[in-house]
Amino acid sequence: MVKPKVTTATNEILIKNGFVYDPASGINGDVKDIAVQNGKIVEASKLTTGARVIDARGKIVMPGGIDIHTHIAGPKVNTGRMFRPEDKLHDAGMESSSRLIRAGGGFSVPSTFTTAYRYARLGYTMANEAAMPPLLARHTHEEIRDTPIIDQSAYTLLGNNWLVMEYIKRGETEKLDAFVAWMLKATKGFVVKLVNPGGTEAWGWGKNCVSIDDPVPYFDVTPTDIIKGLAGANERLGLPHSIHIHPNNLGHPGNVTTTLKTLALTEGIKTHKKSGRTQNIHLTHAQFHSYGGTSWKDFFSEASKTADYINSHDHVTSDVGFVTLDETTTMTADGPMEYGLHTLGHLKWCNADVELETGSGLVPVLYSPASHVNGIQWAIGIELALLIKDPMKCFMTTDHPNGGPFTRYPTIISWLMSKKARDAKMATLHKWVPERTKLSGIDRELTFYEIAQMTRAGPARSLGISKKKGGLAPGMDADIAIYAFNPKTTDAGQKPEALVKAFERSAYTIKGGEVVIKDGEVVALGNSKSTFWSDADGFDNKEVTHDIVDKFLKYYSVTLNNYPVQDSYILNPTVIKCGPLAGGN
Amino acid sequence: MEKITLTPKADEKYLVLEADCITPDAFAGKTLDEIKEMKVWEGNTTWPLGKFFDIIGTVADKAEDQAIVINGNVPRVKYIGSRMTTGAILCKGDVDMYCGAWMKGGSIIVKGNVDHFAGIQMEGGQLIIEGNAGNYLGASYRGDWRGMKGGEIVVNGNAGCDLGEYMIGGTITIKGNVDINAGIHAGRAVGSKEPGGKIVIYGNSPGRVGGQLIRGNIYVLGKIDNMMPGFALKETKELDFEGKMLPFNVFTGDRAEAGKGTLYVKA
Repeated sequence: MVKPKVTTATNEILIKNGFVYDPASGINGDVKDIAVQNGKIVEASKLTTGARVIDARGKIVMPGGIDIHTHIAGPKVNTGRMFRPEDKLHDAGMESSSRLIRAGGGFSVPSTFTTAYRYARLGYTMANEAAMPPLLARHTHEEIRDTPIIDQSAYTLLGNNWLVMEYIKRGETEKLDAFVAWMLKATKGFVVKLVNPGGTEAWGWGKNCVSIDDPVPYFDVTPTDIIKGLAGANERLGLPHSIHIHPNNLGHPGNVTTTLKTLALTEGIKTHKKSGRTQNIHLTHAQFHSYGGTSWKDFFSEASKTADYINSHDHVTSDVGFVTLDETTTMTADGPMEYGLHTLGHLKWCNADVELETGSGLVPVLYSPASHVNGIQWAIGIELALLIKDPMKCFMTTDHPNGGPFTRYPTIISWLMSKKARDAKMATLHKWVPERTKLSGIDRELTFYEIAQMTRAGPARSLGISKKKGGLAPGMDADIAIYAFNPKTTDAGQKPEALVKAFERSAYTIKGGEVVIKDGEVVALGNSKSTFWSDADGFDNKEVTHDIVDKFLKYYSVTLNNYPVQDSYILNPTVIKCGPLAGGN
Repeated sequence: MEKITLTPKADEKYLVLEADCITPDAFAGKTLDEIKEMKVWEGNTTWPLGKFFDIIGTVADKAEDQAIVINGNVPRVKYIGSRMTTGAILCKGDVDMYCGAWMKGGSIIVKGNVDHFAGIQMEGGQLIIEGNAGNYLGASYRGDWRGMKGGEIVVNGNAGCDLGEYMIGGTITIKGNVDINAGIHAGRAVGSKEPGGKIVIYGNSPGRVGGQLIRGNIYVLGKIDNMMPGFALKETKELDFEGKMLPFNVFTGDRAEAGKGTLYVKA
């Protein structure tokens, strides 16, 4: 006799009567119930009678936020924690320990645990570490393990890698594909990341690549070759996300020319659309790449040029990299840029070289409202978000902590949704800010739907994980944020303070079907934290294996056996299978 | 001024206390019972202040009228008078680290010795130490490049190393000798039109006085065993020093940092 199969439903939640903003399903503030069962969104009819009911009447319900570009794990972040003890002294929000949470803090570079609590409080459920040096991938994954609650991934730095440049120079695309696939496996990386392609390697020779045509010393390839080469490999591998690029010449007056030339490089490359994305290049922290002028003195905004390009091309997505005018810590694999910052401000500087792969630098920065440069940087970020018409192409980031800490996202939302709020801020800045930017002439105020596109649906689609993340359709992961703000009775444009208050401390954050934040306090850590990485199969190449062995024997300070990140480092992986064996192109 | 006296209880044992509540700002306007209940940290545990001190006296309504007397030796009580803005504190014996740290106003007199980091990042007020001071007197917080901004520190005895590190403004006077690195990095965060701080050392130093000095004035009336090579002798001249004409060798530097500081060493 066959017994009837009994499936026990656990962890059921019914979120009733909230104003739901779910752009992935086109839901724009409708009053709707959202049902959760076993960590997934389900139809409300599927729930048993014992479901926990959350009354979201008069509140906003959105999918959990996704940060597409942040620096929260790995060697340079940890260096930032170590070399800025004063960052903790200036942090009013240090966490005390309890049975549930760990003590910690740091205003711009918080400790790993605190990072997770702060993201969860904002209603964020995924944050992607944007720069992982391959040689230090273990360290990065160790820190990811120590960051509870939120899903994470790490982007593997490949834009200055010796073998990448050698294969590109020799035109060996098959070997390049095999090497990139191997690297992502070895580092458990999610995305192919380029930082100042060629320029960081040139920095090892005391030089830089400030345009896409500057040759890299010794390797004799240009940034153009590297960007096109890796973009091609990325699409042949069918990776979930496109190449994620921090272009050459970051943070210098007049760099918008380099930015637009960079974006034009991949116009002809066929986009692999299986994962649902439309772009083949992601321009990160676009704010730092939209500068006009020839020096800091005649520095002005060219946000409209970047925005016009993105508006008229579908192969690009971007994130902003807002400057929030705080004292913060800059950290990047763009070694020469950090040296430039050090010579500008004479503050302490840390520089590192990562053998055959990349480099990095760190410098504290005080973005001052009194400085015309910093004020214009602030305005450029807001301009970009308002001038780029489709929020599915322009995402919320501060390039944490480079433009400011991610904890400022609610304040940024208030600047985007309220002209009153940004005009009030602008009035406190240098008089050149309104003169050299177009911000005061822009009346657009973003809607909650558009904010949800910038912070949820957009990043999920761009990352190629929109089937699981960034939406509230049945079958998707139950990552949900509820904010105590009534969009029907309160005008966000007129009450920006109320908006900031509601978004700084979510009423509820639900991660993988478990309530982790209630009224801004951590109430559970959940069991669904996962690390995403991309596994492209079918590209094995004996010659590449030979080349890798050769590099390790000749140059690396570790042996090949000690290099790849073991499976045991990743506690709860989400492996995105790609490549031809996974049914790719 | 109203006076509150804290007398250490002789029979009370503890490791190290962090008592940043001992300030006129925190005491004023409270009752004695409330003051006895204020929290001090011992490691990761908190205790009421009254567990360690007998507390008597009268409480002032306003912090500027509040005086606090610590009637004994407390060489393991840290943060006394830290962040205070007004009022007065008299310590009759030794105190531990961070005495008067981040203070903005008022005055502290310590009859005994102070440990390290006294008066760091001080912005105003007076810190007078009749005994010796430890290292990093009037310096910056660890990692910070913004040191003492204002106010006055006077030490009748000797001071340790790195005093006035990253100093921006104010004065530090040491009547005795100092260890190495006096005034190191001073002036790093000084604006282009500000003069920087002033350090006066009546005694001797083994060396590295004014290392990486950017702006500010350092006077040494004793001897420096090893001068920093980054200082250039500009001239030797008689200067009015506290009403007396004294001969000084005047150095500028530190040239390694293109610094515009001045170091006066008695000739």
